[in-house]
Amino acid sequence: MNKEHKDTKTKKFGMVIDLDLCTGCGACMVACMAENNVPFKEDESNKLDSITWMRVYKLTNGKSFPDTDICYIPRPCQHCGGIGDHGHSPCVSVCPATATDYDHETGIVSQIYTRCFGCRYCMAACPYHARYFNWWDPVWPGDMKESLSPNVSPRMRGVVEKCSFCFHRYQQAKDRAYANGRREIEENEYQTACTQACPAGAITFGDLNNPEHQVHKLVNPDPKHCGRPKNPKAFRLLERLQTNPKVYYISSREWVRRAGDNYIKNESKQIA
Amino acid sequence: MDSALIPEGVKRCPLWKFALGIIIVGVVLLWGVYAMFLCWFKGLNQTNMNDAYGFAIWIWADLAVIALGGGAFFTGFLRYIVGKDELKNIINCTIVIGFICYSSALLILAIDIGQPLRGWFIFWHANVHSMLTEVAFCLSCYFAVLTIEYLPLILENRQTDKIPFFHNLSHNLHEVMAVFAATGAFLSFFHQGSLGGVAGVLFGRPFAFREGVLIWPWTFFLFTWSAAAYGPCFSLLVTRIIEKITKKQLVKQNVIELLAKISGWMIATYIVAKIIDTWYWAAVTAPSNGFTLLDFYSGNALYGIWILVLEIVICGIVPACILITEKGRKNKLAFTTAIILGVVGVSLNRWVMVLQVMAVPVLPFESWNLYYPSWQEVATTVLPVAYGIILIMISYRYLPIFPQEKELNPIES
Amino acid sequence: MFPFSFEWIWDMSHVVFMGGLWYALSIIGLGLTYCILKAAVDTSQGKGAGHHH
Repeated sequence: MNKEHKDTKTKKFGMVIDLDLCTGCGACMVACMAENNVPFKEDESNKLDSITWMRVYKLTNGKSFPDTDICYIPRPCQHCGGIGDHGHSPCVSVCPATATDYDHETGIVSQIYTRCFGCRYCMAACPYHARYFNWWDPVWPGDMKESLSPNVSPRMRGVVEKCSFCFHRYQQAKDRAYANGRREIEENEYQTACTQACPAGAITFGDLNNPEHQVHKLVNPDPKHCGRPKNPKAFRLLERLQTNPKVYYISSREWVRRAGDNYIKNESKQIA
Repeated sequence: MDSALIPEGVKRCPLWKFALGIIIVGVVLLWGVYAMFLCWFKGLNQTNMNDAYGFAIWIWADLAVIALGGGAFFTGFLRYIVGKDELKNIINCTIVIGFICYSSALLILAIDIGQPLRGWFIFWHANVHSMLTEVAFCLSCYFAVLTIEYLPLILENRQTDKIPFFHNLSHNLHEVMAVFAATGAFLSFFHQGSLGGVAGVLFGRPFAFREGVLIWPWTFFLFTWSAAAYGPCFSLLVTRIIEKITKKQLVKQNVIELLAKISGWMIATYIVAKIIDTWYWAAVTAPSNGFTLLDFYSGNALYGIWILVLEIVICGIVPACILITEKGRKNKLAFTTAIILGVVGVSLNRWVMVLQVMAVPVLPFESWNLYYPSWQEVATTVLPVAYGIILIMISYRYLPIFPQEKELNPIES
Repeated sequence: MFPFSFEWIWDMSHVVFMGGLWYALSIIGLGLTYCILKAAVDTSQGKGAGHHH
């Protein structure tokens, strides 16, 4: 499905998260769950089978007081472009039933719940653990059903789900723009729930292809190297695997940037 | 009571003894069936799988039985394409084993998916770039081939053979069997390979990822090769077990030794390729992603470097050395050890390529994921074993599986 | 699986993969049909009746 609408520019939506600003409050996780009708269990203590499209990891530099330092890393789906950034994301290329797809118009990796039959191969392929399986049927306590978002379909037992960059918001923004006689949307018209919920303003969202957008200005993606950030303080998780994510992180702390990838002991700090 | 169904000229145990055996194994089978229905009706929350361990014991069992069932396609290939005619005396046995393994694999896949009623999507909405699609297609097609190969055996039962149409059908199937065997070998090459590809293409998982040629990672070829090499070990082991239980020789020694010798050379060449692959992966592929070999084999309670030694040296080099030497093949103890090691070796390889892949952490701030199966998973994994035993019991009792049995065990009348 | 499903593209991957699949299926199908038809013809000609091993 490579078709492109010629009347609009090809976009590459991405996210930049400033880890120096993130306090680990978890507001992004809550906003995401509410926005996307993410189901939960009565007992959420086992994080290995609970669904968190956006998950905040806690990292430490492993040093003792007074040098100890911590960092929180919010991790949504990375919407990988895959090797060469051609849209062959680790998950998209393996799905046997074409239930997950790479949208070349937006760079967003979709998940078609009614098409997924739950083989979980995509979960095995994703190094970020960004994909979640519905081990149970969703149960909404009390009248919570009444407050579900009508814009996002809830998922049934036995299928995989993940962050969609709040794709329904993009569709709504486009609808509004079309109704107003415009073909392009403004930067602020399409923002994800987590971006808007972050009280510290650590998350920025926009079109990485558009030099006017904040995300582009923050990381300065290098198109010659599949979008690798030119900003030396910015990095992507597991850059070396060539998954080419569209989620960037910024930190002024060297140990944090190094924690984003695997290095062999004594390996030169600057990996080309 | 059932003597009219038993092949002519052979002796079988009394019916009560046979029925008792079926009942005992049947109880285990029912336990598995119960667990299977639990999984279907209540969902995969009956398992201990989780979001970090999406592929677990079932997928291992699936890969293992397909590798072990590889004896069917490879023996078929050797007999019909290469022309090793002596193997006709063991091929029926390999076909029954293959049929059991492949039907089990399909059943396991049907239990493993979250939405079993949508299982047909894998065919209908096929993504031709996915290794799993290739697996599903070739597996189903090859299962059809195995059914066609099993069919004439059933038709050769004393009673069905009396019906002229069935007699003719079985005769005709035998006539064109080479065509089916060739198709089966073609399909097997691709599905055994694509099962290896399932892990090898995961470029997000440095433990599994391998370079390769065109769209196929090296694991593609290693899996086909190892199934052809180790599959016959399982066929030989099952034949040995049947011989032990029935207390008679069913296949002549020269046939056993021929298959064992071929298997031995296949293992020997495979293990050389495996060593080269492991070395290249440890020295080039993994370091380019920031991992050393020891990163994959340390920092957890289970997966140590011992697993690599066990797979390559003890279950690879050792059985190869035994089976390629005439002395080794003729020595009963050494021979049995070799085929058992072979079966363990290929199963271990499949374990590593499924469960260890899931266990190794990739994000630097995550740790190892270890997992143990729930009883429902164990029961559904034992289910195919029980089903296989029952099918072998029935096939052995009523069908002419071993053509040399009559000659080797004459009944004095 | 079929050219009329919407995700079908006439590219090399589809032609090679599905070509191989349909080729194998055709051989299996034709082989089986041949055997069954020939068995029916043989039976009608009286072959296989009253044979003894």
